[in-house]
Amino acid sequence: MSRNGFLSLLFHAVFIIFSMAPIVIVCLVAFTPTGYLSVPVTSFSLRWFAALYERGDFLGSALTSLWLGLAASTIALILSVPAALAIFRYRFYGREAFLSLLQSPLMIPHVVLGIAFLRFFSQIGLTGTFAGLVIAHVIVVIPFTMRMVLSNAGSLDASVESAAESLGAGPLTTFRRITLPMLVPGLAAGWLLAFITSFDELTMTTFIASPQTVTLPVRMFNYIQDNIDPLVAAVSAALIGVAVLVMVILDRLFGLDRLLVGGEQKGSS
Amino acid sequence: MMASHRRRLNAYFLSAPAAILIVAFLVTPILSTVLLSLREYSTYGGISDTISLLNYRDIFTDSYFAEVLLRTMKISLLVTLGALVLGVPEAYILYRMRSPWRNIFLLVVLGPLFISVVARTLGWALIFGSTGLISSTLQRFGLISQPFDLMYTETGVVIALIHVLVPYMVLSVWASLQRLDRRIESAAESLGASQITIIRRIVLPLALPGILAGSLIVFALAASAFATPAILGGRRLKVVATLAYDEFLNTLNWPLGAAVAILLLIFIAILMTVINKWIESKYSEVFK
Repeated sequence: MSRNGFLSLLFHAVFIIFSMAPIVIVCLVAFTPTGYLSVPVTSFSLRWFAALYERGDFLGSALTSLWLGLAASTIALILSVPAALAIFRYRFYGREAFLSLLQSPLMIPHVVLGIAFLRFFSQIGLTGTFAGLVIAHVIVVIPFTMRMVLSNAGSLDASVESAAESLGAGPLTTFRRITLPMLVPGLAAGWLLAFITSFDELTMTTFIASPQTVTLPVRMFNYIQDNIDPLVAAVSAALIGVAVLVMVILDRLFGLDRLLVGGEQKGSS
Repeated sequence: MMASHRRRLNAYFLSAPAAILIVAFLVTPILSTVLLSLREYSTYGGISDTISLLNYRDIFTDSYFAEVLLRTMKISLLVTLGALVLGVPEAYILYRMRSPWRNIFLLVVLGPLFISVVARTLGWALIFGSTGLISSTLQRFGLISQPFDLMYTETGVVIALIHVLVPYMVLSVWASLQRLDRRIESAAESLGASQITIIRRIVLPLALPGILAGSLIVFALAASAFATPAILGGRRLKVVATLAYDEFLNTLNWPLGAAVAILLLIFIAILMTVINKWIESKYSEVFK
């Protein structure tokens, strides 16, 4: 097979520059020593990160987002494991409908989810509560944990499980000692994907967050509406750092393309 | 008989928690929103008890809503076009790369998906603003005399949305290219086919389902995008998502906001199910 020609590589270079430009700019501006926005940046300081620390509100929101992400992705995972096993192992009435219901949050625009949850929570008295946020985020991330557990269940070796059962292990022991350990890579990747999705979710959360439960993306969004300055670039740069870390772990754990495309494709890594 | 009965019970037992959650906290809120969209709203009387299609009639007859709908369609089409032009060749170039580079650049191209949309949009705001990168560079080289500003323009929103959504196109095309057998390409080459012929006769037909699916995803996500048009478009350039947000949280006309949301939901659902089915049935032989 022929290699990429000169024109292809030129196109590729342009694409990479386009793809990296806004991310690099955010990181450069985050380290500017001036009080205003200026590009290009010639000298570096940590002034804006210090200001961020002193303000406290962004840190508080980061903590809210962290707890929310931890809770939502963990609950979604706990619900996904039995559901995925049921779908993978059994043929039952309503199986197809159940599967597409669990995947449906992927298709629903987040504005619609935000409106639906705001309306519903005001009806049942969950408006502005952390519990409401957790429920909404579980709904948003459950397709991701489901898909990862399902694609991993495909590699489960059923003969090992029946061997354990024939040697006298009960269903719970078999699950705990045999099934669960085989599922772990998929569970870890699914959890991490769910966490980063919840941590970055803005659109739906703007509708249902109260002043006490403002998540980090919502606080950044509200801030940007009024002013764009190096402070919010510093928050973004910190988020980019976290994203890069998560990405590298996910790539090591699963292979990024395989993770995003789904289980069927052969990974390139 | 007994065993199959027990198996079925097992399946229901295992799926019950997730099923209850989805019905209680997804199906019910959506249905409740549909009902809300059928109510009427007045500034003094609040939300009425009567059921009507008044909100939907308002949306379809008011020129302001028509303008917002048209703008959303226009932006989504341009974004899809941009993602096609950039994403399809890039996926093929990545596919033809050799071992270490391919993985490195796949990470670089797909990586932005993991970065907050707010952070990525902020990057474009920094580039577009009148003191931003584009303006100051052009001014330094004397190409323009006035500061140049893409903030609050459709062009700016389109460029930033292409950036936010093009990884989905690359991913979709990349996935369909994985089915390509490299030996067919080499065979065609050894039989004297030119590079263009190989792309046109072998690569494109195989990549087509991926290209169509990718376009569908990009279009749907662009049509329902919120953060990027809200930050870069400001208050003047409303799209459907920011309009629904405004009706709900600023004007406080919940029934109208709900109607806008339900229309968006129906539109996206038709796009994703009906058209997706059509693509799958039309190209099912490719997958065999």
